[in-house]
Formats: sequence, C-alpha cells, structure tokens
Amino acid sequence: MPHVLVVYTDDEPGVLTRVASLFRRRGFNIHSLTVGPTERSRQARMTIVVDAEEATVRLAVEHLRKQVNVLEVQQLGDRPKVVRDLALIRVAAGLDVRSEILQLAQVFRANVVDIAGDSLAIECSGGPDKIDALVDALRPFGILELGRTGAVAMARGPRASPERPAAAPPPASNQAMSV
Amino acid sequence: MTRTGSHTGAQLIWECLIREGVTTVFGYPGGAILPAYDAMVGFDIRHVLVRHEQSAVHMADGYARASGRVGVVVATSGPGATNLVTGLATAMMDSTPLVAITGQVGSGVLGTDAFQEVDITGITLPVTKHNYLVTRAADIVPALREAFAVAKSGRPGPVLVDITKDAQQGRAELDWEAAEPIRHLRHLPPPLDPEALARALELIRHAKRPLILAGHGIQMSGARAEVLTLAERADIPFALTLLGLGAVPATHPLSLGMMGMHGESWVNKAIQEADLLLALGMRFDDRVTGKLKEYAPHAKKIHIDIDASELGKNVPVDVAIAGDLLAVLRALLPGVEVADRSKWLKQIRGWRGDSAVRDIKNLPDDGHLYAAHVMHDLWRLTDGKAVVVTDVGQHQMWEAQYYHHDEERSLITSGGAGTMGFALPAAIGAKVARPEAEVWVVAGDGGFQMTFAELMTAVQEGVKVNIAIINNGFLGMVRQWQELFYEGRYAATPILSPDFVKLAGAFGIHGQRVDTRADLAGAVAAARAAEGTALVEFRVEQEDSVYPMVPAGAALHEMIRRPSASAIAETGSDPV
Repeated sequence: MPHVLVVYTDDEPGVLTRVASLFRRRGFNIHSLTVGPTERSRQARMTIVVDAEEATVRLAVEHLRKQVNVLEVQQLGDRPKVVRDLALIRVAAGLDVRSEILQLAQVFRANVVDIAGDSLAIECSGGPDKIDALVDALRPFGILELGRTGAVAMARGPRASPERPAAAPPPASNQAMSV
Repeated sequence: MTRTGSHTGAQLIWECLIREGVTTVFGYPGGAILPAYDAMVGFDIRHVLVRHEQSAVHMADGYARASGRVGVVVATSGPGATNLVTGLATAMMDSTPLVAITGQVGSGVLGTDAFQEVDITGITLPVTKHNYLVTRAADIVPALREAFAVAKSGRPGPVLVDITKDAQQGRAELDWEAAEPIRHLRHLPPPLDPEALARALELIRHAKRPLILAGHGIQMSGARAEVLTLAERADIPFALTLLGLGAVPATHPLSLGMMGMHGESWVNKAIQEADLLLALGMRFDDRVTGKLKEYAPHAKKIHIDIDASELGKNVPVDVAIAGDLLAVLRALLPGVEVADRSKWLKQIRGWRGDSAVRDIKNLPDDGHLYAAHVMHDLWRLTDGKAVVVTDVGQHQMWEAQYYHHDEERSLITSGGAGTMGFALPAAIGAKVARPEAEVWVVAGDGGFQMTFAELMTAVQEGVKVNIAIINNGFLGMVRQWQELFYEGRYAATPILSPDFVKLAGAFGIHGQRVDTRADLAGAVAAARAAEGTALVEFRVEQEDSVYPMVPAGAALHEMIRRPSASAIAETGSDPV
C-alpha cells in the first residue's frame, strides 16, 4: 500500500542523494519523490510516496530521522490529507478534434497552456487518480509528451507539530543551495 | 578563497582537533592533504604513520574501542581516501566513533577528474554516519565540530570530512563558539516513555525464565554497574553477544557466556527456552538469532537500544525502548523487584554440566596443538587481564570461547563487518590509546598476511603488541564451511605462509614458533618479556573446526555440538 511521507531537510547539496540512497539500500520502490523550498528559510520539503508494508515504512521513518540533515518526518498514514500531482500533457489535436479535447480539459478543470498547429499542451493538477483519468481520456487522441511531478502532500487541519525538537542549522558547510 | 583571517584552514584543522581533546591521529600524507601535514608540525599532536590507509582507520578504530574516545584518521584524496572505505564500514557496523579527515583536490577542479580526485563523500555515503565536503576555510571548524558531535552522539559511528586543498590554504578566523554544533541534537532519542518502562517492569516481574542479552551498547553507554544490579537483584542470568564480551564479567556467577552461531550450547538452549528476553544494547544480528522464525519462540521480548531503527528491525518485540541504556536502566531499576529464580538457573546449570564432558580442556594433551588450548592457556598466562584484539575467522571464535573477559573494552574484534586484517592495526591503535595495557593480537595465518606491513609501523612508533598467529595452513573458517556445507571441496582455502619467525627477524622483532602445548607457556613468557613487539606462531591442528556451531539458516537449538570428550579420547577424532 502506498505510504506518504513528508520530510523536512536542510537545503544543502547532497541531501537528496542521502535520502534517496537510504531507500535504495533497503530495496524500497519509491513511487515519487518531490522536493521544493518551504516556508522556512534554508529548508527543503520532500514528499515521498513509497509502496511497502507498514512495519517497513516505520523503519524507513526511523532511518530518515537518524539523518543529520533531516529535521522532521511526518508519516501521513491514514490521516486526512491533500495529495496533488501536476501534469503537463501534449496531445495531438487536429482541428477536427480540438473542441472535443477542450471540452474534456474543461471537465477535468485542466488548462490549455500552449497551442501549436496540430497539438495542445494541457496543464492539470489534482490527485494522482484524477490525472490518471485525464491521461486515459486523452490517450485515444495521441499523447505526444507527458510530464508529471509526482505527489506533493499535506495533512488536512492545523499543521502537525514537529515530532522532534528542530534545532536551527549551523552555517552551511557549502555555499551552493539546493538539495 | 579569502586572504584575510588569522589562521589558515590547515591550522584550523589542528586547532579544532586539539580543542576536541585529540592527542593522536593515524594517517598517511599525500598531495591534497599536504597543507594540513605541513601545518601539523606546529601542533602538539602525535601522528602515527601507517603503511596503508586501511590500517590507519583500523588503528583509529582500535584506539577508540580501547579508550572510549573518538579515533581520528587522516588521508589524502583519491586512492588515499578510497583505502579508508573498508575501515569506515567496519567502524560503521560496530558503532565506533571515528572522524576521518581527507584531503580533496582544489575546489576549482572538483568534478573534472583531476589527478587523485574521487567523489569520496559519494563513495562513503553508505558506510559513514554522515560526511562533509568542505570547500572554504571558514567552514572547516563548523564541519569538524559537528563531525565530532555526530560521531559521539546517539549510536556512535564514523564521520568523514573531506577538505579541499584550497580550503586548507585559505584563511579564516577561529570562531569556536559560533561553530557550536546543534543539528545532531535533533537526533538524540526522545524522552523515555513511562508506559513502556512500566510494561517492561511488569514483564520482568512475571517472568519465570528470563535472560539478559548483553550487547556492545552496555560498554558504550557505561551501564555495566546498572546491568549487574539489574541481573543480581532480579536473579537473571546473562548471555553475551560477541561484541558484548567483557561488558559484564565472564566469571560472574550469572554470566553464561557467548550466544549465537558459535555460542555455547547451554546459552542458546536457554534463549530458546526463555520466557523473557531482555535485550540490552544489542541488535539481533543474524549471527546471534539463527533462523528468525524459530528464535526464542516462548519469550516475550524487551529491547532497549539507543538506535530506534534497530527496534523491531529483525525480531518483533513486545516492549521497545529507544534510549541511552544507562538512562533507561536508571529509570527502570527502582521498580525492579528482588527475585529468586534458582529453579531456572539450576535448569541452565544442568545443560551446562551436560556440555562439560565435551570440553576440550578436559582432554589430556595428546601431543597435538589445538587453538582452543592456545586461547585457554593464553587466558591463564595473562591472568585474563590482556586486551585481546582479534582478526576474523576461527581463531576469533576460539578466542571468544576460551579467553574469558572480565574487563570492559578488553576484547576488540570486528563483529559486524567481519574484516580480516583488522587485528594488527587495531591492536597498535589500542596500545597507543592504553600504553599501560598488555595488548595481544590473535590472528589467523590468512588475516595476518593482509596487513602485516603494519609490523613496521609498530616498530617505528615503538609500540609493543604481542602477536599470536594461529597458523593452520588454511583460511580456516571458510575451510570449515567447505567441509560442512560444500562436501569438503577446499577451493582456494589452503594458504601458504612465509616463515613468520624469519619475517619477525626482518622487522627486527622477537619471533618464535610453537608446535606443542609444552612449549606454549615459555613462548608466551618470552614474548611478554621481549622489549618491543613480539610474534609467536602457533602451528595448530590443520583441519580443526569451531564447535558448537549453528549452521547458517538453522534455528539456535539445531546446533552441531562438540563431539564428546570421551568419544574423542577413544577414537582420537576431531576434538574441539
């Protein structure tokens, strides 16, 4: 069953590798891993979706918590949450089907972000299921290019308080930013 | 690179080490670390020059294990740094606090495949607790201070700090306070859970056949007195892991001995029959548990470890407590009731008595030299007081079985990684850390040949270690497996050795050969009396095997026992 982990890390070079290799070493299959900046300075936020048993995920969380660069780990588990994925889909769209595709996009509340002679690029965000459904719906027209971000997730309700005290990072040992 | 600042980066490295209380480093110079070596001359630090960087880490490891301090190793970039990998993995597996400082090519050429460049932080990612790439002089002190804090805190481990040549040559102010490490504090165990403590006490109270599994964490946490109090008050015997040997005295009445693959049969039987296992600072390694499905089937399990990721990793437990063992035991002890478990202890003593007839020590001297005799006699001759540093293989297990360790930090061995070649360098490190201690290397003929170049390091540094080479002409443990599980096909296990006595002569040290038990005591006495490092080669039975043994994949109670002594006396067959 897919588990959603939200991991706050220092925004330093190599952190993404540390986190990813921790999963690789233990043979986890990562469904998706997204990284971006957060509301706090010099911190990154990762959303990691993995498919594994409950006990294995618990161990992964403990391993994550041991990482020097990890500030906080939230296991969203069964909690109510918002999970969003962004997709950019370039679909073949001759004049004869263009209006049909536009209608479809409207149904999915997707936006057209680029128009070429015989294709349209559509942007859609939503739960992974919704994106899957849109992709399926567009497939008969001919998908020319598809890019998805993987999930970004957040628990519903007030912000979950940090499970461990989060100390401020020391001066970065390297100037370059980004994980 | 800044041109201002009161210190060069190279000076900051040594300033930092001295402030961390470092008196000794083990290392090997090279181009990318030259600025640091050049600056070292002005600082009061002992540098032990090794013959191979792998040995430098093992020395720092032995130094750390013998003393409880952080071991420090210095190497250059590229091959110097990659030679550290085995030693880092060894330290990682056995939770040794180490800081490795490596030189790196200039930051301007990083990533260009410059001469002697390797991505050492990438390479050592899985075998270090954490690592750093430092490219500015100003970042050296924060990185090193944090490295020491990370290496020591929580579950200890090795940390690597890779410092570019230009960072060593650059200048910066020494701002010690500003570099106070704090990030590692995030990773200290959470406050103890009173509910878990209460459940643990409840289980201890109701147990009829409890057993303490004593691990390495007892020594690292300094919880020996508390463990003994717990055991004595609640009348619970303890079984020890390999790395736990010495954590509690082997001669203590409640001490059963080593558990696991080559543990004593009564210990493994006690584990399989126990109704409560109290696992203290140990991690249920596969060499300890045997087949997991049949491990201690009747026992409730309480597991106390500082590393929460060890709890429930291999063995499901009823009560898991993440925390420093000393703190946990101090919280538990007031609730531990005095108990009498003499019935259970009597049962275990019965099993033990049954095994005594199989003890090789009960055999008369048949003229052959057995490794078990060597270990037993060495224990007697050194009054059990030596720090013994073993290599990996049969001799390691014989040592664990027949040299009875009462003192903490008196057995230093590569448990988790099983690194051959570990003993000699680690012993040199241990002797440097504790010059007053009598240090013995116990190595096989195979492992010794991996790192014996360090004999010259011992000579150059004036370090006295006594070396017992258990020479059986084979890579003995592998040969034993071939005999038992590969139909006796000895593929690539017979190994030739040089004339070890002549080899000792070439290094200018005392060397002696022993073929019979009668000559053993004299040779040990001569080695102890010799001025510097001394070597004794024991020519032992070639196809001797380590028993008891739990075959890999079998359950603990499915041990191959020692052949009984009487049977051996009659047939003259393999006795150990």
